[in-house]
Amino acid sequence: MTETPPSYHVPGLVPTGPKLITTRFDVADGYTYDGYVRTGGYTALRTALTTMTPEDLVNQVKAAEIQGRGGAGFPAGTKWTFLPPNVFPRYLVINGDESEPGTYKDRLLMELDPHQLIEGIVLACYAIKAAQAFLYVRGEMALAQERLAQALNEAYANGWVGRNIAGTDFSVDITLTWGAGAYIVGEETALIESLEGNRGMPRLKPPFFPAVKGVYMQPTIVNNVETLSNLPWIVNEGGESFKAIGAPTSTGMRMFAVSGHVNRPGVFEVPNGVTTFRMLFEAPEYCGGIRDGRKVKAFIPGGASAMWFFDEHLDLPLDKPTVDRSGSMLGSGAIVVMDDRTDMVRAAWRVVRFFARESCGKCTPCREGTTWLERIMKRIVDGHGRPEDLDLLLDVSDNISPGIAWPPRQTTICPLGPSAVSPIASALRRFRPEFEHYIAHGRPIDGVDTRSTAHV
Amino acid sequence: MARLSDANVATAKEIIGRFPRPKSALILLLHLAQEQDGHVSESAMEHIAELVEVTPAEVFGTASFYEMFKFEPVGKYCVNVCTNISCQLLGGWELLEHLEHRLGIHAGQTTADGLVTLEDVECIAACTEAPALQVNYRYRYRVTEADADRLLDDLRRGRLDAEIPPHGVLARVRQRTTERWADTGTQAQAQVDAR
Repeated sequence: MTETPPSYHVPGLVPTGPKLITTRFDVADGYTYDGYVRTGGYTALRTALTTMTPEDLVNQVKAAEIQGRGGAGFPAGTKWTFLPPNVFPRYLVINGDESEPGTYKDRLLMELDPHQLIEGIVLACYAIKAAQAFLYVRGEMALAQERLAQALNEAYANGWVGRNIAGTDFSVDITLTWGAGAYIVGEETALIESLEGNRGMPRLKPPFFPAVKGVYMQPTIVNNVETLSNLPWIVNEGGESFKAIGAPTSTGMRMFAVSGHVNRPGVFEVPNGVTTFRMLFEAPEYCGGIRDGRKVKAFIPGGASAMWFFDEHLDLPLDKPTVDRSGSMLGSGAIVVMDDRTDMVRAAWRVVRFFARESCGKCTPCREGTTWLERIMKRIVDGHGRPEDLDLLLDVSDNISPGIAWPPRQTTICPLGPSAVSPIASALRRFRPEFEHYIAHGRPIDGVDTRSTAHV
Repeated sequence: MARLSDANVATAKEIIGRFPRPKSALILLLHLAQEQDGHVSESAMEHIAELVEVTPAEVFGTASFYEMFKFEPVGKYCVNVCTNISCQLLGGWELLEHLEHRLGIHAGQTTADGLVTLEDVECIAACTEAPALQVNYRYRYRVTEADADRLLDDLRRGRLDAEIPPHGVLARVRQRTTERWADTGTQAQAQVDAR
């Protein structure tokens, strides 16, 4: 047990690529103002404010072709251009509500390098001409809240946030706030509802595209923590340099959390688009192989909402278009590895239970559908499954996401409901005999670990 | 339990002052009430309603959506064990069962001495450190059964008082109030736009 937070697992320098946003993870005082400035902090902001116009900055970010790191992977620079011109006030909202199962990166960036995020926020405000940013952190992350509050106070005191930043006529306020336990608030319109003091229920798009009608019905850009943490590097080194790292279709370095049955679970900053899942799982500088020399049975490539991958997908690169075409998504950089002793029925049940618990209840297909999926899965896991349950699971899934296809079609306002279908469809299509065995015998197939842990 | 104390009202007003609209401060004020009393009381919600100029029903309407707000007293320490997929794969359920056994309660219950409330929670973003748990939202990573026993012992003996404040306290550093530049609004933004 690690006593002193933050505990994180970052390997030494990864030989295959540079570090862009995790450079201070190994610096003991990297989260303090002194530590940040000593290691080159706030130089990008001074450069941008004194030598670049907002348009120059937007162009650099567009040239970098950085894809948003929150899950959808939309190009950040392009997103900014959706703001209607000359409509003020406009707002920047920073989504720090990391809660997709398997995802663990934004919390590290907030705890270990809060000033880098703040510098990125002010840069983004300059680019989109916003005077007010809201930094929304997940409620359960007490240390991140504390470090960001401290960092903001220091940044204000040293003139990097607030009025006349770096002696220029540019000014911006950052308001730190946090949630109180609700996965759905990670969805951008639900986050905006929460920010307005309401229940965190998503808004219908259209008309409520944040860029047009966001916070207080004003134009709003919602960016992820990791996305904004890259901005200081992009300003310092140039958008073209960023684009030169990784693949043309997935630029830059990107953070991935690899958890589950690997020898060394960890959070890694890897060259985006060129690293493969197999390299990540097997290379000594990353996870160092599957536990006990076993084989991969399945893995989730991009968080609980993603369709599962299997051994035939191991050599796919971590490249957004490639993974999209292969029937899943990279999502929020959350990879969960399950070895060949894993009880797939139980794994699928646990992921479905998550969505059932976290459905906000606004849309009927999701509220009722996820609840029923969980109940049916639970009775199968408990040994009371019925032969007709498997078709029933698919029928309920089809009502939430017609056709059970990828990318999912949805009968709901947001993607939460269809996400609950992913584990069902993945496990049932691939491991149907395991479900049938559970129903016939009331227990898992031989050879899987009967405890929840497959590592005895 | 009570309305917000005078000191907390002052804090609440500072928080409200950092938002363009008072209701945006609602969740932070509910956290403030929970910090004061360990849970969110009805009278605190009525007080918050006055401060942000909405009805008490609206305050409860928002508060009841979020899992972290407790409307009845809970233990001094909320021990939240993650059982989501990454933790399940590495023994999260067994850890929870071990704690249930040691505490003599089920997940969702509080020990008779009021020390510990045990919960089975969703992903807490520590997936590579499974199995993980939080004590009042402070992390413990790769927790073995022996670690869990030691944790309970430390909590009982008050050895973690310095590190882990009572339930309801999140960040121990507050953002300080500054003069809000954004208050000058559209005129100032147009100035930025002119650059």
